Amino acid sequence: MIDAFTGALHDGFGYVAISYCLAAIGLNIQFGYSGLLNFGQAAFLAIGGYIMGAAIATSGIPTIPAMLIAILFAVALALILGVPTLRLRADYLAIVTIAAAEILRLVFGTSFREYFRGKDGVTGFADGFRGLNPLPEYDGFFLTYSRNELWTIIVGWIVVILICVLVWALMRSPWGRVLRGIREDEDAVRSLGKNVYGYKMQALVLGGVIGCIGGFIGAFGAASVQADTFNLDFTFIALTMLILGGAARVLGPVVGAILFWAVLSFLGSILSDLSANPTVAQFMNADQASNVRLMLVGLVLMLLMIYRPQGIFGDRKEIALDAR
Amino acid sequence: MPADTSPTPATGATSMSASTPSSPATGSTGTTRSVADQGRADLQGLATEPGVKKKDPIVVATDVRRTFGGLTAVDVEHVEIQRGVITALIGPNGAGKTTFFNLLTGFDQPDSGSWTFNGTSLKGKSAYKVARLGMVRTFQLTKVLSKLTVLENMRMGATGQRGERFWAGALPFLWKSQEQEITARARELLGRFKLDAKESDFAGSLSGGQRKLLEMARALMVGPELVMLDEPMAGVNPALKQSLLGHVKSLREEGMSVLFVEHDMDMVRDISDWVIVMAQGKVIAEGPPRSIMTDQRVIDAYLGAHHDTDISELEHVVTAEHQQPKEETA
Ligand SMILES: Nc1ncnc2c1ncn2[C@@H]1O[C@H](COP(=O)(O)OP(=O)(O)O)[C@@H](O)[C@H]1O
Ligand SMILES: [Mg+2]
Repeated sequence: MIDAFTGALHDGFGYVAISYCLAAIGLNIQFGYSGLLNFGQAAFLAIGGYIMGAAIATSGIPTIPAMLIAILFAVALALILGVPTLRLRADYLAIVTIAAAEILRLVFGTSFREYFRGKDGVTGFADGFRGLNPLPEYDGFFLTYSRNELWTIIVGWIVVILICVLVWALMRSPWGRVLRGIREDEDAVRSLGKNVYGYKMQALVLGGVIGCIGGFIGAFGAASVQADTFNLDFTFIALTMLILGGAARVLGPVVGAILFWAVLSFLGSILSDLSANPTVAQFMNADQASNVRLMLVGLVLMLLMIYRPQGIFGDRKEIALDAR
Repeated sequence: MPADTSPTPATGATSMSASTPSSPATGSTGTTRSVADQGRADLQGLATEPGVKKKDPIVVATDVRRTFGGLTAVDVEHVEIQRGVITALIGPNGAGKTTFFNLLTGFDQPDSGSWTFNGTSLKGKSAYKVARLGMVRTFQLTKVLSKLTVLENMRMGATGQRGERFWAGALPFLWKSQEQEITARARELLGRFKLDAKESDFAGSLSGGQRKLLEMARALMVGPELVMLDEPMAGVNPALKQSLLGHVKSLREEGMSVLFVEHDMDMVRDISDWVIVMAQGKVIAEGPPRSIMTDQRVIDAYLGAHHDTDISELEHVVTAEHQQPKEETA
């Protein structure tokens, strides 16, 4: 039981949770506040990990410039996705982003092997980041984090807090007001002289860049980048976290990401303990336990959508997922 | 980042403060006249034929055509809207009035044609640029932003907001003072439209009539020179109707030009200076309200056939059409 709790906290606040959390914050700007359906958020994290990783490991570029290059790539991807679709109906963006994410995943996994290393993925880029680690050489930190994990997590949560402050400031500004207006009725906003297309583009770019930063954290935490991490499930799980926590709320995606990983880990521990019991094992072996875990999470999400469709933090009056 | 949020070119002779109701323009006699008086004088003695040239047009449209599949929704040969006055656009349902609004304001693209606003060609201009130039429209199906408060809806109308730029948005000290000015202006307008008590309610909680009022007030926040109202009275109860009428008239006194679509002939006669009649996409008649209602072409358009009918009968038909249940009554 204690182990299950420790494990839940470990995963809930771990670097994977942070990376999903940033993905969900980006989606919150796009979907939660502006109504844009980006189903390819994984591509922005993939760019963060792969472009930065390859720039450091293959081209010997220092860490910070490598990050800036990756961010430029993320901006470029957002523009490429947005230019043809943002004047059209919302579903076009959804389709194009799904396709782009899959294409990029395949490119990273199979092409430009001298940079992206095919199946092995990119490694050997985290030394610069880890070299800045001021923590003492000691591996018994709380929640069983290793020294490098803890360093990544500290930096990661500071980044999350800074980005949340930025989102909070932006969303209470006239800029955020225009986005919320667009989410509801873009023609009304257009009739008041606002360049709706430009605002949507800004939301897409900002959300994508935040996702890209999530890619950095994930890459530093694992010290490697694998293309398969960034499959379609990735984006849908991040969206799930957003809806769980509450869309169009600054802390919605943060709470959603922590809870999602904590609950998943907790259920995992409990169920795998149970499956060790010979009686239970007749119905559910260890492999099945991890699937049952996902089924239970799905069940919880269904109940949540029925009884609290606005998510944990959401304000039903402001945003109900009534899809108009 | 690419969004273009450059401030509006100073539009309109319009001062939004209620205390300065007219903006002077110099008449041909050399005495100072209001824009509205000048506009009405300009309309005197014009021929009452479709497409007649106005002395001082704010909008000029030529050969504007829009087809949907085989249906020609709009086919306007030539029409001019006089500055400084209230022009009514009437015609039976399906005549193409809303489509014509959409074309003029950039919400829809015509198959062909050209049109100008204040001498500037608007062909191919996006809707938001048209609004910034000072030509602001409302919608037949009201478009209030129901999950924003009434006050937020109003603030959204102001153009040239510094805080609407991405980088400035995150730095409140850059826009706080402007936001206060905008809020003061919004409150003043809400007061005039008797919506001040509702300012912190979600716009979605307003009644259909109040939404029409809010949409009109919000359009005024843009600082328009020409206000285009698509059926502003639809679904509005009689008490509110009177105050809406008053608001439309006061726009004219403040120097704005108004183009509105309306089915209620009493209202048309009461407030409009000029009437343009559309049927089957074409402008079929124009003239001052009194003479237009006895115009045989207009009566035919409404009745769909030759009839010996007088104005009261026409009103009857038109009012009956207006009575059809509208989606707006909330
Ligand atoms: N988006 C559209 N697609 C197809 N037909 C349309 C569309 N918009 C309007 N129409 C048709 O064009 C004609 C004019 O419509 P509209 O401009 O709404 O008339 P009005 O506002 O005068 O009642 C109608 O016959 C209508 O059915
Ligand atoms: Mg109409």
